[in-house]
Amino acid sequence: MGISIEELNSLQIDVLREIGNIGAGNAATALSKMISKRIDMDVPKVNILEFRNVAELVGGPEVEVIGIYFKVTGDITGSILFLLEKKSARLLTNLLMSRQLEEEEMDEMDLSALQEVGNILSGSYLSSLSALTNLNLIVSVPSLALDMAGAILSVPIILFGQVGDKVMLIETDFIEGINHVKGNFFLIPDEDSFEILLKSLGVI
Amino acid sequence: MTDLTKVGMADMNTVYSPGILTTLGLGSCVGICLYDSSTKISGLVHVMLPSSEQIKNNSNTAKFADTGIVKLMEDMLKMGAKRSRIVSKIAGGSQMFNFNDTSDIMRIGTRNVAATKETLRMLNIPLIAEDTGGNYGRTIELYSETGILLIKTIGYGMKQI
Repeated sequence: MGISIEELNSLQIDVLREIGNIGAGNAATALSKMISKRIDMDVPKVNILEFRNVAELVGGPEVEVIGIYFKVTGDITGSILFLLEKKSARLLTNLLMSRQLEEEEMDEMDLSALQEVGNILSGSYLSSLSALTNLNLIVSVPSLALDMAGAILSVPIILFGQVGDKVMLIETDFIEGINHVKGNFFLIPDEDSFEILLKSLGVI
Repeated sequence: MTDLTKVGMADMNTVYSPGILTTLGLGSCVGICLYDSSTKISGLVHVMLPSSEQIKNNSNTAKFADTGIVKLMEDMLKMGAKRSRIVSKIAGGSQMFNFNDTSDIMRIGTRNVAATKETLRMLNIPLIAEDTGGNYGRTIELYSETGILLIKTIGYGMKQI
């Protein structure tokens, strides 16, 4: 039987937070290299939320957001969802392509740039996780969707929903100058993988 | 605006006419609308998973297609709905992210729709309209006065079924 989020103790949550912290740090470094600009970040927040409260993080279930989804295989299996608000997505594409667009509508070019960023961020996240746990982890090519927050969030919520009624997510805030790019990472180990992950981190 | 009753994820609700039931941002989940045309008593349940079997934490009946529809129907009957007059409309069950492989979890939308139809069939509730599948989200509104189900999307227009 899998471990549900509800069953985690405070030590386990602390360790997951620390992983989030290191992962986000590496992701910020990768992003910084990509755009050749200094990127700072706030300490990521690990949130454990009831399903009904998740969409409120981005302003409600009908707000348009961008989701970049990856599958993880190797010693553990699972998925990663990187969720970006449209405003943050625009800031990110502006940074990448050195321009100052205001409008929030995304074209193909923007979406493919975001997919690439998602790729890099998730890759650096996973490689730090892999280094910390000694687990072999392989990340799939990303799949991107632009839609209502509720619809996109239904994917991680359903995955978490198989074992409980809460989700865990890591809120990150990358800062470039006065710009804040806020993103949420959902790390979703499959049922049996959560235990392997916690074991390899020495907290089970 | 008549009062709008929101139904969250893994949640259900019922109204008398002229109430309107809505659920926002359906993705792979399925919104099941039950409607009795004689009393206009209406119900909506937003289910996440096909079946409550083999799930250890299954106390929330609204989370699953199999238990959610049964509970919704029972609630409507208690309000005075007539069993033989209840019909259904469903929406949702999309696949938000595309992957080449067809693992069970990526097909969860399709499985939710299949389980929903199976439960409706077992309960002898006619399915009179559906807007399911695709790869986009839906917000739905059920108007108890008319039984019309309004479906809104981003980029795929609006329709009534």
